Amino acid sequence: MPAAAAALDATFAALADPTRRAILARLAQGEASVTELAAPFGLTQPAVSKHLKVLERAGLVEAGRDAQKRPRRLKAAPLREAAQFLDAYRAHWEANFARLDALLDDLKNETDEGAGR
Amino acid sequence: MTTFYAKAEAVLIGDTGVEVRRSFRAPAALVWRAHTEPALFRRWMLGPPGYVISACEMDVRPGGAYRITWTSAAAPHPMAVFGDYREVQPHRRLVTTEYYDTGEPGGPLGDGSLQVLEFSERDGVTTLVQRNDFATTAARDAAVAGGMCDGIEPCFAALEAALAAGIA
Repeated sequence: MPAAAAALDATFAALADPTRRAILARLAQGEASVTELAAPFGLTQPAVSKHLKVLERAGLVEAGRDAQKRPRRLKAAPLREAAQFLDAYRAHWEANFARLDALLDDLKNETDEGAGR
Repeated sequence: MTTFYAKAEAVLIGDTGVEVRRSFRAPAALVWRAHTEPALFRRWMLGPPGYVISACEMDVRPGGAYRITWTSAAAPHPMAVFGDYREVQPHRRLVTTEYYDTGEPGGPLGDGSLQVLEFSERDGVTTLVQRNDFATTAARDAAVAGGMCDGIEPCFAALEAALAAGIA
């Protein structure tokens, strides 16, 4: 598998787990240590460390400089490199706009009826 | 010659923006109403999979507030998008702030984004340009990445909402 595709696989595998997404969500608010991450999720520190390892391997999270606390922080660049990155966003909006098309058709018909046609 | 965007197109704008374009075979006045009247808006705007709009309030005037709330039987908390209107030019331009509230403890998240909607009508076709500008590249990327998980499960809520927090 080409390196880029492998990296992408790692990104998606990392994102496939709700706890890991929640950890990313927490890190998006600022860096946090393993201890700080464990508490709100009701996880043990080893469980958090395991998730962090997956996230670090995917390049989504890195350890900060403080050697004692080793706070983790978010890296979003791998997300941007995923080919699906923009396309899924586009598809999300297209799904909305297809529904908007249907609504607009309804509104146009109502307007026509209102005009007595 | 104006481009007709039969399907939505999306592009990143600079380091912190993202833009979506889409054309509709309807007058700008109707596309505007669909964005500014709650009863109409909730008929087309989807939430994360499994979520439905449970409340939608829009006080469409400069300084007025809006809030759209989604709930899911499977989720303990509702999620919401909210903000206020910065610029209101009927049928032409709507500028709002946009914040996410995942409903998790800790309340609303981050700096949110500034959203500009531009409606331009020509020959009965209205093209909508929707642009969001975030505080940071990471916040922009995270918000866009929310769409990546669409259809998987409410990762839209988890990722997009939370990552919109504005990471330096």
